[in-house]
Amino acid sequence: MSKKETVYSINQEVIEEKEYSTLNLGPTHPATHGIFQNVLKMDGEIIHEATPTIGYIHRAFEKLAERRPYAQITPITDRMNYCSSPINNMGWYMTVEKLIGAEIPKRAQYHRVIIMELARIADHIICNSVIGVDTGAMTGFLYIFQWREKIYEIFEEICGARLTTNIGRIGGFDKEWNKKTWDLLDIFLKDFPAGLKEFSNLLERNKIFMDRTVNCGPISAEKALGYGFTGPNLRAAGVDYDVRVMNPYSSYEDFTFTIPVGTQGDTYDRFMVRQHEMWQSLSIIEQAIKKMPEGLMHADLPDFYLPPKEEVYNNMEALIYHFKIVMGETDVPVGEVYHCVEGGNGELGFYCISDGGRTPYRLHFRRPCFIYYQAYSEMVKGIMLSDAILTMSSMNVIAGELDS
Amino acid sequence: MELLEIVSAKLNERFPDEIESAALLYDYPVFTVKKDSMHDVLKFLKEDEELNFHFLTTLCGVQTPDEKQLGVVYHLHNMPKNYRIRLKTFFDINKPEIPTVTDLYPTANWMERETYDFFGVRFKGHPNLKRILNVDEMDIFPMRKEYPLEDQARTDKKDDMFGR
Repeated sequence: MSKKETVYSINQEVIEEKEYSTLNLGPTHPATHGIFQNVLKMDGEIIHEATPTIGYIHRAFEKLAERRPYAQITPITDRMNYCSSPINNMGWYMTVEKLIGAEIPKRAQYHRVIIMELARIADHIICNSVIGVDTGAMTGFLYIFQWREKIYEIFEEICGARLTTNIGRIGGFDKEWNKKTWDLLDIFLKDFPAGLKEFSNLLERNKIFMDRTVNCGPISAEKALGYGFTGPNLRAAGVDYDVRVMNPYSSYEDFTFTIPVGTQGDTYDRFMVRQHEMWQSLSIIEQAIKKMPEGLMHADLPDFYLPPKEEVYNNMEALIYHFKIVMGETDVPVGEVYHCVEGGNGELGFYCISDGGRTPYRLHFRRPCFIYYQAYSEMVKGIMLSDAILTMSSMNVIAGELDS
Repeated sequence: MELLEIVSAKLNERFPDEIESAALLYDYPVFTVKKDSMHDVLKFLKEDEELNFHFLTTLCGVQTPDEKQLGVVYHLHNMPKNYRIRLKTFFDINKPEIPTVTDLYPTANWMERETYDFFGVRFKGHPNLKRILNVDEMDIFPMRKEYPLEDQARTDKKDDMFGR
């Protein structure tokens, strides 16, 4: 399909006649890594205009949440950013805990930090290796992806699931981690640095990779802030905003780590920020294991936290609580709360209004992808089609989070 | 001085009749503003040198339980000082119109489209107010409470014991 467009200027009536062609990128295209459609108006291989269409996997999470008890909303959060679902789970638990005013033991908080940082590494592995694939470097992807598998094995050992984890409980964790979990974690911490180093050697100073990514899809800090960027994409543009430092949650203030920032906000900077964040996450996990406090794995929340199975069979109160929790009949105090965590892609926020019932009155998710993807059509204006693909994968747009 | 007091003092001085309530809910100062002055209040908060709420964290719609009013909730953030506030405004459900804030915050573009899509709030002056996540042919605003998630005519799922 093509159409003619006449370009007018002030002095001359007609200066040129340009013929643009329309190209449908997506909705199901292997290069878009998810279900997004972009109707591109192309001038040869240069993008003149991009019109994104989203909502292909919209599943009405906010509406669903209005009829679900609080504990049953966790599986919904899994399916938003499915590359790092533990962060979504923990963010949701912390929102509910803030609402009911629960105090979580330090030990559970440190365990949460380990889980969240592992999830962040898994998320960044996917994003960065896919940037490599889109520049034509398949090798890095093949090598680094096994480490994501190792992380998923750890998750599997803790909660039984790999991708949509539903990990932990409101108030902490269901049980102490078993020995195998700690063994797997030790092996991961021992071997992953070498794997990440290998990946860095393959790409970071690679001439071909740098030629492709430097100055590809840049965005200035002012524009990024205006478009609501958060997370690695904002930091790549040079703004050192990280929720873990600004509003520490789950004892992040106990750990020492640096926030990597870029300067240009281009694909290379986004890649490098994620690379360095993986190193920082590793160091946070090591600190958490070293400083791990003694104590309980869960808060004293009989209304939300399932009692041990032996007690359920032998004790009347435990049976009542078990029944009430499983049936989702626990009322939550009236309140209105916003809580945000640093997700894989940025500030993941939960705005929850409770009217005192068993389900939220209104729950709104601040999904970082949804908010920053609107800058995409401006970022790709005037660049080549292949660079547009690279820009999209370096922004790490996750369809599940985009469409909620 | 607490953030709530700082912002209340500034807002009450500049907009004496437009602020309906100010309260601290958990860790957030929350202000309810009359709908017609919402845009001016946001502009003032963004341009004021001390407050400088330059970042719109999120924007979403709500409906009051009596189903007579709709509301829009804004979360604002000043990153250098780490000030966060929430602003709300409510209006009649039969005349859901409010000025857009896309001129102040470009990021409001899709957030307002989403709010329109789910609650039917018409943002006056929005550059492209179309449905965003739902299909274009949809003729209802699904997040309104008049559209329950499950079919209310069903009797097999009624559970009177728990008063659902």
